[in-house]
Amino acid sequence: MSETATPSQTKTGNRSSLAQELLVPVLAVVTGLIIGAIVIVASGANVFDAYGALFTGSFGSPIRLIEGLQVYFSTGETKELLRAIYPFTESLVTATPYIFAGLSVALGFRAGLFNIGAEGQFFIGALCSAFVGYSVKGLPMIIHLPLAILAGALGGALWGMIPGYLKAKFGAHEVVNTIMMNWIAFRLSDWLLNGPMKASGFRPVTPNVLPTAELPRFFDDPLRFNLGFFLALLVAYLVYWFLFKTTTGFEIRSVGANPDAAKYAGMSIVKNLVLVMALAGGLAGMAGSAQVLGVDHWVGQGFSAGYGFDAIALALLGKSHPFGVVLSALLFGFLRSGATNMQSRAGIPIDIISIIQGLVIVFIAAPAIIRWFYRIRSIKTEETVLTRGWGK
Amino acid sequence: MTTTTMELSTSAEKRKRISYGMTLLVAGLLIYLLFGLTTQAGVSTTFGLNLAGSQAIEVSDLVVPAQLTVNLMAAIAAFAGAYQLAKGIRSTGWLIGILAVTFVIAFLTWAAQDKSFNLTGMLGSSLVRATPIALAALCGVISERSAVINIGIEGIMLMSAQTAVVTATVSGNLYVGLIAAILVGALVAAFHAYLVIRFKVDQVVSGVAINIFGTGFTSFISSRFLQKATDALNNSGTFPIISIPGLSKIPILGPVLFENNIVIYLMILLVVVMHIMLFYTPWGLRTRAVGEHPKAADTLGINVYLVRYVNVILGGMIAGLGGAYFTIGSVGRFDEIMTAGKGFIGLAAMIFGKWNPIGAFTSSLIFGFADSLQVKLQILRVPIPSEFLLMAPYIVTMIILTGVVGRAIPPAADGQPYEK
Repeated sequence: MSETATPSQTKTGNRSSLAQELLVPVLAVVTGLIIGAIVIVASGANVFDAYGALFTGSFGSPIRLIEGLQVYFSTGETKELLRAIYPFTESLVTATPYIFAGLSVALGFRAGLFNIGAEGQFFIGALCSAFVGYSVKGLPMIIHLPLAILAGALGGALWGMIPGYLKAKFGAHEVVNTIMMNWIAFRLSDWLLNGPMKASGFRPVTPNVLPTAELPRFFDDPLRFNLGFFLALLVAYLVYWFLFKTTTGFEIRSVGANPDAAKYAGMSIVKNLVLVMALAGGLAGMAGSAQVLGVDHWVGQGFSAGYGFDAIALALLGKSHPFGVVLSALLFGFLRSGATNMQSRAGIPIDIISIIQGLVIVFIAAPAIIRWFYRIRSIKTEETVLTRGWGK
Repeated sequence: MTTTTMELSTSAEKRKRISYGMTLLVAGLLIYLLFGLTTQAGVSTTFGLNLAGSQAIEVSDLVVPAQLTVNLMAAIAAFAGAYQLAKGIRSTGWLIGILAVTFVIAFLTWAAQDKSFNLTGMLGSSLVRATPIALAALCGVISERSAVINIGIEGIMLMSAQTAVVTATVSGNLYVGLIAAILVGALVAAFHAYLVIRFKVDQVVSGVAINIFGTGFTSFISSRFLQKATDALNNSGTFPIISIPGLSKIPILGPVLFENNIVIYLMILLVVVMHIMLFYTPWGLRTRAVGEHPKAADTLGINVYLVRYVNVILGGMIAGLGGAYFTIGSVGRFDEIMTAGKGFIGLAAMIFGKWNPIGAFTSSLIFGFADSLQVKLQILRVPIPSEFLLMAPYIVTMIILTGVVGRAIPPAADGQPYEK
């Protein structure tokens, strides 16, 4: 827990130091993919088929794209072209909730808090958005859609605020409490989806949200690319602005860097911790909103599965910087989207991505391994992520 | 200076006394309002004390008048509250005990009115359900006593659970599976220790990475191999129940404590052994010194790093045993993410148990009790949605962590890397 990153240290000076900063994350991902390849080979599959399917699943096939463009330029027919860009847009669709959820965890890290509860906050946010989306009727889109998103953000904020308050007031560790809140969210959603929020029919899912609450899509079906992606980019910028250009943001970073110093400087630890967890929960809740309003339009069981842990990996990979989170969310979006294709084409379970993620986290957290592995002399190691022991 | 501190402490004591007294009074009132008023008059509740198929000597079941019992519990809680307000009972343990016991008895009597409720079966399943939690908690105790936080217990247990069932099925021998599970636990814990001691990786981050990796790896293996060849890979059977001759004949206690499988006996044995090791041997003294003040320990010639490696790896072996419980100790097959947060609940039990083996075990029993209560209540058709009953252990964990039931102080150096 030594060498705390002070707020001023986080600015990247010039191009060479930026390249240095990127070196470890890039090598970590590459190493993760290499070990992933070893696991695939060990499980008796062809790694070229697998990673080939991963590539075409995430970016689309280049041949198809050229064909699509030829058809478009010769006849003006867009059908082929849209089919060719489908995997690419689908990756962006997958990346959208990742951006929000990654920002949630990154914001927590900046204040020295470890938010493992993004998954539960995501679920609660999605349920709240869905509820407003299907139950409030007769509103125009310009009111209904923001209202549905706001509901999701507030739901997630409440879910995050509870562990934040318990941490600030009683010193109860947020790692355990956010996980407990996850399980409570899952049980609550089980009850809601089988009872009060259940759509008519056999399956435990909510009704579809009304068209006025849907995030508008840019293309016809099956392309699901929607406004949510740009909303996520906007929010990422706002988080950046909040953290680095406002007084509250400075306070939050100070509390994270050195709580004792922040306290002596007259900053309220309690206020800042509760605020950060509420904001972090709100961001994770918006991830759920974006997914339900932009992509699925209804919520079912296991809706948020995996997003919480993915978000942690994202924040670590992005070094808890909003722009870094956007880049790593895009990377994960392409990986996940491609992995779905890999599962159906090459029979590799999608869980391989979790294996790679676990490894990437280890490598990012222990740059010394990467340094040793690639025989790199000096990488400037700056610790951005800091958690403390129990209680404090 | 002394007088002010004394005054402060007495006023704080007074406030504490009043708040505990009020809590008990309110609890008494709540018991009366919630359960006393809704219990039918003249109906009795039967508590079954015998377990079908057990070797214990049969005793007659306990039949109590429902309404009277519930109201009696309300009266006891209220009386204890009034006494606390007037005179003060002092002992926090007693107060919490009275609160818990009266509430639980009243609740059970109310829930099972006009029906029969098997108390012995309930206690037995509490111990069974407490087993993985207690093992996770013991893993936490042993590594955190040397100041290494291991939040990756969940991931370790998943990997051990899977290893256990696969090796047991392939080899046809459950004990091979048990040993393999313990070895995997040791291996993963050694990796964690290596990261946090050698590379000074943030301990919580390393633990989370182990959880993500463990979840992903076991799910990967499960869907790629186990689901396709269940009989060849994922069907091991479970350890047989071993009845201890003589002791298992004792009514009530016999079937609860002395008719279990080997994992549960090992867990109980570990609690005792770890308590003795930690507090009455040189190894325990060294461990605690490293956890509280590594610098001083180092000065005295204790190898801080070695102690930490040993303890974390021993902890991993215990977590491995806990993992084995999930598969070869209870259901005989592996399901994805079957640990369902038990590793984290174990950490809460460790904190509630104040980093003591016996305390950790006792709090695990409470979680086990809450867990099995929820199953029994579903059977009794209590008019509360089962989802809310399932939330209970998680909410209890959060309440415990607030420290309202006595603040838990971790080892002083917990979570900090040691630099010479």
